[in-house]
Amino acid sequence: MAKVWVYAERDGQGNVDPAALEILTKAKSLGGDVEAVILGAGATDAAKELGQYGATTVHASDDAVYDDYLVLPHVQALASLCEQHSPDAILFAMNYDSRDIAGRLSARLGSTLMSNAMDIEGTETAKTAIFGGAQIVDVKLEGSPKLVLFRPKSFEAKAAGGEATVASVEVEIPEDAKKSKIVERHEEAASGPKLEDAPVVISGGRGLQEPDNFKLLDDLASAIGGAAVGATRAVVDAGWVPYAMQVGQTGKTVKPGVYIAVGISGATQHVVGMKGAKKIIAINKDEEAPIFQLADLGIVGDALKVVPQLIEEIKTRKG
Amino acid sequence: MNIAVCVKHIPDPNLPPEMDGDTLKREGVQGVLDPGDEFGVEAALQLKEQHGGEVTLVSMGPAQAMEAIRRGLSMGADKGVLVSDDSLKGSDALVTAKVLAETIKKQGEFDLIITAVESTDGYTGTMAATLAEFLGLPQVTFVKKIEGSNGAIKVDRQTADGYHVVESSLPALISVTAGVNEPRYASFKGIMAAKKKPVEELSLSDLGLSGDDVAVKQSIAQMAPAEERKAGEVIEDDGTGAAKIADFLKEAKVI
Repeated sequence: MAKVWVYAERDGQGNVDPAALEILTKAKSLGGDVEAVILGAGATDAAKELGQYGATTVHASDDAVYDDYLVLPHVQALASLCEQHSPDAILFAMNYDSRDIAGRLSARLGSTLMSNAMDIEGTETAKTAIFGGAQIVDVKLEGSPKLVLFRPKSFEAKAAGGEATVASVEVEIPEDAKKSKIVERHEEAASGPKLEDAPVVISGGRGLQEPDNFKLLDDLASAIGGAAVGATRAVVDAGWVPYAMQVGQTGKTVKPGVYIAVGISGATQHVVGMKGAKKIIAINKDEEAPIFQLADLGIVGDALKVVPQLIEEIKTRKG
Repeated sequence: MNIAVCVKHIPDPNLPPEMDGDTLKREGVQGVLDPGDEFGVEAALQLKEQHGGEVTLVSMGPAQAMEAIRRGLSMGADKGVLVSDDSLKGSDALVTAKVLAETIKKQGEFDLIITAVESTDGYTGTMAATLAEFLGLPQVTFVKKIEGSNGAIKVDRQTADGYHVVESSLPALISVTAGVNEPRYASFKGIMAAKKKPVEELSLSDLGLSGDDVAVKQSIAQMAPAEERKAGEVIEDDGTGAAKIADFLKEAKVI
């Protein structure tokens, strides 16, 4: 029976990354032995939650070395755990630290690493989409352990109510692994509903022409009510809005009921983060924009005209 | 500060991709220096301007990839090295990292290695970390601001909720985001000068690697077009666009 491990990252507040719970749920459905690894202050406490989503054993360490230094200690711990327990596969969410940890493990263990996976069958093949989702590829996994990085929201997390045994991770972290130290942490507070959870997401791109016009999207979001505002990499890179608002390959993956793309051309980078939306509305001046190939409703027109009209229209209809 | 920048020649991302069997067609198609790599070249040039040293461009790809190196040289990099070998066709991130690591080791000592966060064509996003591991260097990915000094760097690293300030000893590897700087244009003088700058061309055997060392273990079992979203309605805005969207939102029970 296959032994499948899930590496669970935690967010800035120390909560278990929701994507780890999604992947645990999937791992459990594969029918093998499911174990999890979680590292850093508070890890042991988090083991309970991981148990509820399917881990029977949680390898945990509360050592702050995993919070203070970038990835080298984590790679050391995982490599050493692999030596002791020989898992058949380690599954990760495609997050900042995990991709680096998995990337380094790939070199250290000589295992292949599958990136951007969206599904897995047994522990033999994983599915991914290429060319912005136009082609689905089944990739045969090789090596031991097999390493797979899943895009967030690839699976639905379901608690099954199990209980996990905590196995304390006792790995000596050499000084050599303490070369990149986190010295300050800054959070860019986002207002309004969370992008990942909002039923409606409105995102803006270069077509909004200037940063001030993002306010239009905020107004539209409040007119609709409960909508979150996102952005493309292009405008985040240009410094118009904070990174926390970025939807796409690097950035957040969203699957709202309705996604409204305003002044967005539809680059692969962006599309992989939003194509899971149930309904897509696009407003763009350029009728050739690739976003229209995904849109359920496409309006070829000037966003700066259409959006204010839409806000008025919604206000009128809502009375 | 001696810096190596990894650059990739990719099929023009503005044109539809063409396949060559299971892999992306890279030869005989119009290509460019990966736009994401221009930020790495620019970051290296700025560090060189502040601290002195040399900027070396390192690339793996078909002979045509020389165009990407020339482009980086015309921006101001000092020299380049290109690894080309038929057996490297279709390489994955693991193999690419292994080959680039051997190439970088052969070029001498570097204080800093710079890559993009991910390539625009393959976007696996793991090559930087894998390369750092092969080189035995610490790495900081998703860097959006760099301060270099003697023997160490201080960088801002993007996170899901903001950013962290990270200090790392040198030598190290960093991957830079597109927000890190504004890449300079190549001047006419720069383009002319680039033609005279040294570029070394290496094959796999020059690196002491064999075909077995670079065999790709990952293979494609099956490929199929994705289920397409049902073609929607695209209409020219004649003043009624907003009302159409409102109707749509009402039907979706959003308003």
